[in-house]
Amino acid sequence: MRVALFLTCVNDTLYPDTGRAVVKLLTRLGVDVDFPMAQTCCGQAHYNTGYRHEAEPLARHFSDVFGEYEAIVTPSGSCGAMVRELYPRMGERARAEGRGDALAATLAPVVPKTYELTEFLVDVLGVTDVGAYYPHKVTYHPTCHGLRGLGLGDRPRRLLQAVKGLELAELPGADECCGFGGTFALKNADVSAAMGTDKVRNAESTGAEVLCAADNSCLMHIGGTMARLRTGMRPVHIAEILASTEEEPAV
Amino acid sequence: MSGTFVGMPAFPEAAREAVGNETLRGNLRHATHTIRAKREKAVTEVADWAELREAGKRIKDHTLRHLDRYLQQLEDSVTAAGGIVHWAADAAEANEIVTQLVKMTGESEVVKVKSMATQEIGLNEALEAEGIRAYETDLAELIVQLGKDRPSHILVPAIHRNRGEIRDIFTREMSEWGRPAPEGLTDTPAELAEAARLHLREKFLRAKVGISGANFMVAETGTLVVVESEGNGRMCLTLPETLISVVGIEKIVPTWRDLEVFLQTLPRSSTAERMNPYTSTWTGTTDGDGPSTFHLVLLDNGRTDTLADEVGRQALRCIRCSACLNVCPVYERAGGHAYGSVYPGPIGAILSPQLRGTQSEIDASLPYASSLCGACYEVCPVAIDIPEVLVHLRERVVQGGEVTREGNKVVLRPAKGHAAERAAMRAARWAFTHPAALRTGQRAASRTRRFHPRTLPGPGKAWSGSRDLPPVPAEPFRDWWQRTRGGKGGAE
Repeated sequence: MRVALFLTCVNDTLYPDTGRAVVKLLTRLGVDVDFPMAQTCCGQAHYNTGYRHEAEPLARHFSDVFGEYEAIVTPSGSCGAMVRELYPRMGERARAEGRGDALAATLAPVVPKTYELTEFLVDVLGVTDVGAYYPHKVTYHPTCHGLRGLGLGDRPRRLLQAVKGLELAELPGADECCGFGGTFALKNADVSAAMGTDKVRNAESTGAEVLCAADNSCLMHIGGTMARLRTGMRPVHIAEILASTEEEPAV
Repeated sequence: MSGTFVGMPAFPEAAREAVGNETLRGNLRHATHTIRAKREKAVTEVADWAELREAGKRIKDHTLRHLDRYLQQLEDSVTAAGGIVHWAADAAEANEIVTQLVKMTGESEVVKVKSMATQEIGLNEALEAEGIRAYETDLAELIVQLGKDRPSHILVPAIHRNRGEIRDIFTREMSEWGRPAPEGLTDTPAELAEAARLHLREKFLRAKVGISGANFMVAETGTLVVVESEGNGRMCLTLPETLISVVGIEKIVPTWRDLEVFLQTLPRSSTAERMNPYTSTWTGTTDGDGPSTFHLVLLDNGRTDTLADEVGRQALRCIRCSACLNVCPVYERAGGHAYGSVYPGPIGAILSPQLRGTQSEIDASLPYASSLCGACYEVCPVAIDIPEVLVHLRERVVQGGEVTREGNKVVLRPAKGHAAERAAMRAARWAFTHPAALRTGQRAASRTRRFHPRTLPGPGKAWSGSRDLPPVPAEPFRDWWQRTRGGKGGAE
């Protein structure tokens, strides 16, 4: 199976380790991974801030780059939700505005082929035990767009529970937003910081060393708050935990 | 909407104060989490909740699509039952109608059932200006009125107050308005409730005019419905000689059968009760039973304009249950007052800028008062996709466009203060449609990473004020990929 990795612009620029972990993990599971070099950004920040017309060319670009692949895998619940949930909506809106079916027709092929990483592992590859080893106490934060946008359900938890050596600690108030929300963190900085602080305090109460999520944007906000509050906890993307093995453990 | 909130600062500024107020945050956290957990339980009990939610959505959508027909039917039914129907295009017209109706009775005092519509139009202030005193009789509304405060929650207007604060308000203010608080009043719920009961009983027995809103209006019979927990509403609805009900035109349902759906979803979503303790219905007038004169004031006040908006109109499905407030992490920290509207929380963030327009600073900031986490949509019993409408309204704020105001199509200009953001978004779009440019930018960031500041200037300052920035890696992923082809193409 030839699969395209849609790493997302944030991960490409700031979290290349997550990308390497996804490649390592999928290759180990027998997947032929390609990284189309022309990929950039799904347009979510534009769309959600109110710049739908600026987001449209980015969505078109995404379809041009990824349209030919059998499946598109992304280690980001929120960028995955952008493609799956909001691309169809962009098409509908263009139609409602009398711009015809062109945009909808361009975007439609990539929508059903785009999977968030944990979804791809569980639903497409049919695995929950990916042969990982990670001897740490971990708490899991289900990010909003993964939880409610994509409906990831317990897939990430099932994957984590199958990791050798990993102790999973329940996060109180897990379903509550961490307060990142893209430009929300800038526009409503005080409320965002208060939400982040509460999330970090809840994570701390579990006694875990690591807070894990399937979205580096949320982890950037949570991790930045953890560092400022000097908690000693680390934010880690789930891909890095699943890629970690006894032979090559993640640091 | 009411002039009460004119000049409110934008949401982020208003929220800052609340975020820093430990007592307020504690009160809100405790209250919202308690209701949230109870609601969850009450909803899980119902096997067909998803179907009820879908039915509620469909009934409301159908009614809104044929609103003209059902309003006509309602007017005919109410008139046939002995009521008198008045139409109010906006707040000023509604206030004028109600004021004249009260004056015609020769009274200078009215008792009120808790009502969002009358708060929306600022009726109490309008009546006060004409020498008519309006007494709120809902316990929480009474606390707000006595405290010269504003409501901060749709269902629990005094949610921001704790018991100690309420005791102080009663002791200090009750005597100004009627029967004083008992000597040595403590902050136990039973004593506080008894003090309110005694204070209000005098007003119920004296009042000749009652003013209410309604949760629903049934078109087929011209029946109005109020659901409540205390019974104070029923006192107002049945004891006075004249009853004036001010109701938003979107509150209509075609038949009693439709009402059945909402009488299940509303109480479970709002107070987490299987059924609300008091459901009062009234249809016109009946000799020797209840008010002998009944006026219905049908309020538009921006609703028809909202109905003209294809994406935003779903806000009119709202049954004011406030489940979205109780589950919203932003509301929990910012408090209801920061929204600058009688409708706070997620629903307020989409309803107020539609009813009032997006011209003022507060209204232009409300669509951004959300992290788009989607919890509000998940709990909404009529499936209003609040995040969708928020993004739609953000688009209106930053890009302008055609909207309907007072029945006319007008083209809005983009709101002020978004020029730099717009330029940045355009630049980002350009870079993201030119992968080579993006790559150059990434490389420059990596190369200069040792010199990156730990805090950011300009709009980024808000970020680094409370969070550390992630360090920029030595090599972006795409460079690693090109160098190694995912670990296969060369030395790593």
